[in-house]
Amino acid sequence: MEKKWQEMTSDEKQEAMFQRWMSPKDLQGNDIKFQSPQAEKAYKERITIIKDAIQMKKLPNRVPVFLLPSFFPCYHAGITPRDAMYDYDKLNMAFKKFLLDFEPDTNLTSIGPGPGRAFEILDYKLYSWPGHGVSPNASYQCNEGEYMKADEYDALIDDPSNFFSNTYLPRVFGALDGFKMLPALTGILEIFGVAVNFVPFGLPPVQATYKALFEAGAEALKWIGAVGAFNNEATSLGFPAAFGGFTKAPFDTIGDTLRGTRGIMLDMYRQPDKLLKAMDRLTPIMIKMGVSAAQMNGHPLIFIPLHKGADGFLSDEQFKKFYWPTFRKVMIGLINEGVVPFPAAEGRWTTRLDILKDIPKGKTLWMIDQSDMAKVKKTLGGVACLAGNVPSDLLKLGTPEQVKDYVKKLIDTAGKGGGYIVCNGAFFDEVKAENLQAMVAAAKQYGAYKK
Amino acid sequence: MAKDLVKTLADLKEQEVMEIVKSRLSAGDDPLKILEDARKGMEIVGKRFASSEYFIPDLVYSGEILRAVTELVKPKLSKTTESKKLGKVVFGTVAGDIHDIGKDIVVFMLDVNGFEVYDLGVDVPVQKFVEKIKETGAPIVGLSGFLTLAFDSMKQTIEAMKAAGVRDKVKVMIGGGQISEEVRKYTGADAYGKDAMAGVALAKQWAGVK
Ligand code: B12
Repeated sequence: MEKKWQEMTSDEKQEAMFQRWMSPKDLQGNDIKFQSPQAEKAYKERITIIKDAIQMKKLPNRVPVFLLPSFFPCYHAGITPRDAMYDYDKLNMAFKKFLLDFEPDTNLTSIGPGPGRAFEILDYKLYSWPGHGVSPNASYQCNEGEYMKADEYDALIDDPSNFFSNTYLPRVFGALDGFKMLPALTGILEIFGVAVNFVPFGLPPVQATYKALFEAGAEALKWIGAVGAFNNEATSLGFPAAFGGFTKAPFDTIGDTLRGTRGIMLDMYRQPDKLLKAMDRLTPIMIKMGVSAAQMNGHPLIFIPLHKGADGFLSDEQFKKFYWPTFRKVMIGLINEGVVPFPAAEGRWTTRLDILKDIPKGKTLWMIDQSDMAKVKKTLGGVACLAGNVPSDLLKLGTPEQVKDYVKKLIDTAGKGGGYIVCNGAFFDEVKAENLQAMVAAAKQYGAYKK
Repeated sequence: MAKDLVKTLADLKEQEVMEIVKSRLSAGDDPLKILEDARKGMEIVGKRFASSEYFIPDLVYSGEILRAVTELVKPKLSKTTESKKLGKVVFGTVAGDIHDIGKDIVVFMLDVNGFEVYDLGVDVPVQKFVEKIKETGAPIVGLSGFLTLAFDSMKQTIEAMKAAGVRDKVKVMIGGGQISEEVRKYTGADAYGKDAMAGVALAKQWAGVK
């Protein structure tokens, strides 16, 4: 008999997650039919080499190759980022062309751009997007600010969900203003007085907010239908999706979109204990966010873009006190549930390597941007699979020959003994297509392990 | 006493700084002298950042303390004196990009090192750089950018300077996360700085200070 999930070890859970990834299902839970036996074989081989690279138990057949750009597929297909956010047929056309033109080992999926119309309905203020604050031909941009005020830590710690619904979301989405008037749902207990809690739902601002939510929800549903259809098609062609979802390091959760860079850095001085407590409070929430996405999508890899722990951002002391403990807890929480954390060490993390390597072996995948790859291999690379380090300026300005040489060198250093995936280091927009072609070709040409 | 403010600010002791400033003000001390001490304190902060003793949170905090000091002192200022500046610099994050943390740090370091910086902010249209250069006559321009799209914005900004006939009158430096010597060549800038200290060194060199 199969073991119950709760009784499995984390190794067994990871194995089970990889198995689920191997047997792909659509959103309704039906098996996805492959377009040919070759496609099915390619799909399974791709996952097998990725799994072998990550687990570090045996040498994969060859070094896998990922391409994880930002808005490149749009430029490549001759549509604007604006088109991709408003016309889902064009969106899928571009991302399919990207997949088939370059044939990397994973499908980036078309989830990145997001549904522009839904953001419009919600009056989303946190971002400017193509044609809505930035040029139709540019990528979306985050408008940093103090969306959570310095004196709101207690409210966040006390009840994160309520803080989000009644305070944070109305600030970030103009159309959710009515949420400010929502009752605490935990007040709905027994018949005496219970109806009082429903009064707010009768108020015009709250009703207007729900109306906007219904409309945005309908648009999001349309969008995910399109995104899902492309995902299934890519799977049926033999390309596994690159991620099962995402989560964040608690320091970045607060530092990126709640308090902002300036806010969190002042808090490190003025109210360090509250900041630490809030990060502790968010840790299980960040774990749950990753685990439930992985479960829902039947995919072990959960992406974690890392921002404000990079070299230069914090001193070593500050990193050890404020960034690392809760980030590590999030990774361990994911690992315990069979999920493979996929952090992206954006920028340089060379000075952090000795701290980062304190994680269990064969359980994580790290996207490396500009950190010194030889050093990364020697430290973090001893316990974790690495991906990345092909630089944006090379892809944009170099020649295919230079790209090939660079990839070959990477495979020689980082690929030694397995545990490496060829990948770009940063999320580029416009680069030369022939350079990406050269990158994939080089990975396949030099990446075969001699056994 | 005077020495204390410099050191206390450099050590980022916010409350003590405010106490010193308040007591000096009520003792009738010259507000200009207080500001001068604060500036010296900030200079030390800049030096500590350059030697990797301080990091971004420390810069942000020092800026916040300075702002509070200036607010206290300003009402007491009868006259403002223009402190001598090393030179003017026009600075901004180029069109299509709104990453501002790196830019703010370079601006901060140029400022504490004695430059007069015109910070145009983020997502700065090409034309705005040209106009500001003409208006201020600044001989030094700094362009910051992080996205690959920014490489092209930088190139276009420098081309617009050429078209407007101001390119020969300025030295242009670029920088930001993914910027490299290759990108410098592509954009036609005079130099690339890998960090804020490199930016300051370039500005000093171009302004003829050693
Ligand atoms: C913080 C950050 C953000 C924040 C921006 C906050 C803000 N207010 O700026 C948030 C989370 C919002 C963000 C969002 C995005 N980001 Co961002 N972000 C970063 C990150 C992690 C750090 C950049 C930074 O501020 N560094 C801190 C400064 C102090 O260091 P620095 O950059 O090295 O700057 C120093 C030097 O470069 C130099 N310098 C800087 N400018 C100049 C100018 C001159 C003249 C000189 C001499 C020197 C100089 O001096 C500085 C101080 O020493 C980088 C990765 C990284 N670590 O570099 C990605 C990164 C820049 N982001 C990137 C991307 C793609 C995005 C997004 C488009 C992602 C997306 N698809 O959603 C979005 C949208 C863009 C936006 N701005 O909203 C990519 C760019 C990829 C590329 N070029 O190929 C990067 C490199 C991440 C990556 N690895 O892919 N981002």
